[in-house]
This record gives sequence, structure tokens and C-alpha cells, in this order.
Amino acid sequence: MYSLAPGWLSPAEWEVLILSLKVSGVAIVAALPASFALAWVLARWRFPGKVLVDALVHLPLVLPPVVTGWLLLIAFSPNAPLGGFLERTFGVTFLFRWTGAALAAAVMALPLMVRAMRLSLEAVDRRLENAARTLGAGPWRTFATVTLPLSANGILAALVLGLARSVGEFGATITFASNIPGETQTLPLAIYSALQMPGSDIQVARLAGLSVLLSVGALVLSEWLARRSGQEKGRHVL
Amino acid sequence: MSSDAPAFEISVTLKRGRPRLTYEFTAGPGLTALFGPSGAGKTSLLDAVAGLARPAQGRIAVSGTVLYDRAARIDLKPEQRRCGYVFQDLRLFPHHTVRDNLRYGWKLAEARRRSLGWDDTLDLLGIAPLLDRMPATLSGGEAQRVAIGRALLSGPAFLLMDEPLASVDAARRGEILGLIERIRSDLKLPILYVSHDRAEVERLADRIIPIPAP
Repeated sequence: MYSLAPGWLSPAEWEVLILSLKVSGVAIVAALPASFALAWVLARWRFPGKVLVDALVHLPLVLPPVVTGWLLLIAFSPNAPLGGFLERTFGVTFLFRWTGAALAAAVMALPLMVRAMRLSLEAVDRRLENAARTLGAGPWRTFATVTLPLSANGILAALVLGLARSVGEFGATITFASNIPGETQTLPLAIYSALQMPGSDIQVARLAGLSVLLSVGALVLSEWLARRSGQEKGRHVL
Repeated sequence: MSSDAPAFEISVTLKRGRPRLTYEFTAGPGLTALFGPSGAGKTSLLDAVAGLARPAQGRIAVSGTVLYDRAARIDLKPEQRRCGYVFQDLRLFPHHTVRDNLRYGWKLAEARRRSLGWDDTLDLLGIAPLLDRMPATLSGGEAQRVAIGRALLSGPAFLLMDEPLASVDAARRGEILGLIERIRSDLKLPILYVSHDRAEVERLADRIIPIPAP
């Protein structure tokens, strides 16, 4: 597989890059529906205990990532009720697996994604949704034709923020999924490992450059998407 | 639905702070004006008829169709009530062109319920040249005509008009007034019309229902 890769990255570097993309891609795809549902509930519903849900969602943002990783370790280890249940029922394990790195990245990205989507949902004018209803649209059609398009930029912003956060995720990942080359060693972890070895300045610089390229690429892509979808000029994702 | 039923049978108490507002009237066909000062709760009543606000109690029927009846546990959803609501703040969809705003309700209305054709409506309102514009680029009068067009094209059984001259500058008011007169006499749709302007109401209305200040 790696023999096909262009020569400007070593096979080990390709491995790190592909793994990083896989881990953060899966993390974002998993976090997107969950964070949209949470953003919707926080933006539109009123219920007792809402403050508590809000605080829980924000926990990974304010806790030291190591603590989040440790909490994940407690919850998802095969000996824990939740981890044991997932392993027995679905055969999914997280410890020392790339799925664990994706889970850690998703949990760390969640608060940022919920915030961005919640803000854009709160900015949608409810009066326009009411207008759609009087014109004959049911709740789902109203959601798809009014609410979703009017909050699309916020959802795109959430994707970019979440992707940036999950590509850069370090503390929770190394605590929860460990630092295993080819399995859980994403870009930041590879940089960290390279830093531990003497005389690896060039290796560190190359990996750091790669992560800069990745982040700038994601930002440029999202701006382009926003411009393409935006009706009025001057729309920005962030 | 019976043809000789009154156009509007309304007897509701609205949940709108204190004191609670109670409206009770029956009105025949044509244009019924709710006339009263701002803040008297006229818009709240239109919202209740449209199904956008739930009354505390009472009954609402239009042309014999019961839209809301607390005692009988009837509460049709807004999309089932077939009301053409022209909002005071217009509420054109900002992310759609004028054409797509007009098509929104048109697509959803059953063909047999479209009381007025697409081209006829555009001609009547003079909005054909505006089709490719975005709502943000329209003048007050243009936006008002598009909002009326969007309501008419959604195949309504009745119209609700909330201060349709509010966002129109003085020079254009006569034009919109003339349009509403034509809609009233040509389309035979019952219209519930809210205004605080006596001259406007006296010119348009078949009957006036005074709404006192709360």
C-alpha cells in the first residue's frame, strides 16, 4: 500500500497522516448527529435540569484533557459496565485501539460543535418557520427548507472547529487510547514521540509542517464551501 | 363545510398576560376589519386563527370548518388550516429568490385548491419583473406585494392580513389599497384584516369590529 504513496512522505509519515484522517473523520461523523441533537435541545427546549445538560456538554472543554481521558478510561474499560456492555453486545473495544482515539477526539470536539450549532440555531428567526407552516409545510419540511439552510453556516463552522479540535487532540487520546504507532498514534502523538528522541529535529519539523498544511487546508475548504453556498457576500464560517 | 356558514365564527380567550383578552364575533363574507389601537392584541388573534398561538379556551371556525375547539379537542395544525397569512413583518424567506418564495406555498397546495393561477397572480400584483430578485433588495411596496402573492398562491381558504400598509411608504399606499380592494372583490375569499387606521378600514371593510385597548 505504501509503495504507491508519493515519495515526499516516508511510509511512516503516510501511516500517521492516514491514521489521523481516519480517526478525526470517524470522530466528526460520529459527533455530528449527537452534537446537532444536543444543540437543538439546548437551543429550542425548556426543561428542568437544562443547566446540568449544558454543563455536562461543556465539561470536556473546561476539564484538563488528561482528566477527560481518565474518565473515558473508567467508563469504557472492559471491566466497566458501559465498556463491558459495548464489548459483549457489539464487539466494540476502545482501549488501545484506533476506535478509542476516535472516541476521545469526538468527545473533545463535541462541546465546540454544540456551541457553534446552537448559536446558529438560536439565530434562526422562528417567525420564518411559522410563515412556512402557514404556507402548508409540516414541521419536517419547515426544518429542511427553512431552519437547516438558515443555520447551514453554523453547521459548517461546527464541522471545521470539530475537525481542527480532533486532529489536534492529544491529552485525552494518549491517556485513554495510549500512543501505539499504527493504531492510536495520530499526528500530535507522533510529534510528541519524535520529540522524545534525540536528533529528530527534521522529523519533528516535517510532522509539524504536515499538521499546519492539514489545518490550513481544512480552513480553506470550509471558506470555499461557505462562499459557494452563501447567497449574500461576505459570509464567513468562523 | 356548509356554504351558508358564516365566514368567521370566533369566540376565544387568548393567553396573553393579564388581563386575558376575549374576542367574540361572527362575520359574513368579504373583508372584516379588526380595528383598534396598537397593543390591543389584534395580531395575537390572527396568530390564534392561523394556529401559531393556542388560545386558552374557545372556538374558531372559518366558513363552517372548525379550526379550533377546546371543548371538542380540535386544534388543527397551521399547515392544515389553509390560511393565507400576510404578516405585518412580511417574513419573506431571505435565502430564497422571489420566485422560490412564491413557489413555496404554490408547490404544497393541491391544484384544485389554487383559487388563482400563477400568471394571473403575478399580473394582478405586478411582481413578474421581481422573480429573480432576493427579498433583501426589494423596496417596501415590492416586498409587500410579494408577501401578498405568496399568501394568495398557497391555495388559501381565507386570508389574514396584518397591517399590510405598515411597511409601505405613503406614496405607494394607494397602490396597495387598490390591490387589496381587487383581491376582496375578485377572489371571494373571506378576509380578516387588522389595522389601526380609521380611513383605511372605512375604505376597505365590509364590516368593522372595534377592538378596544386592553
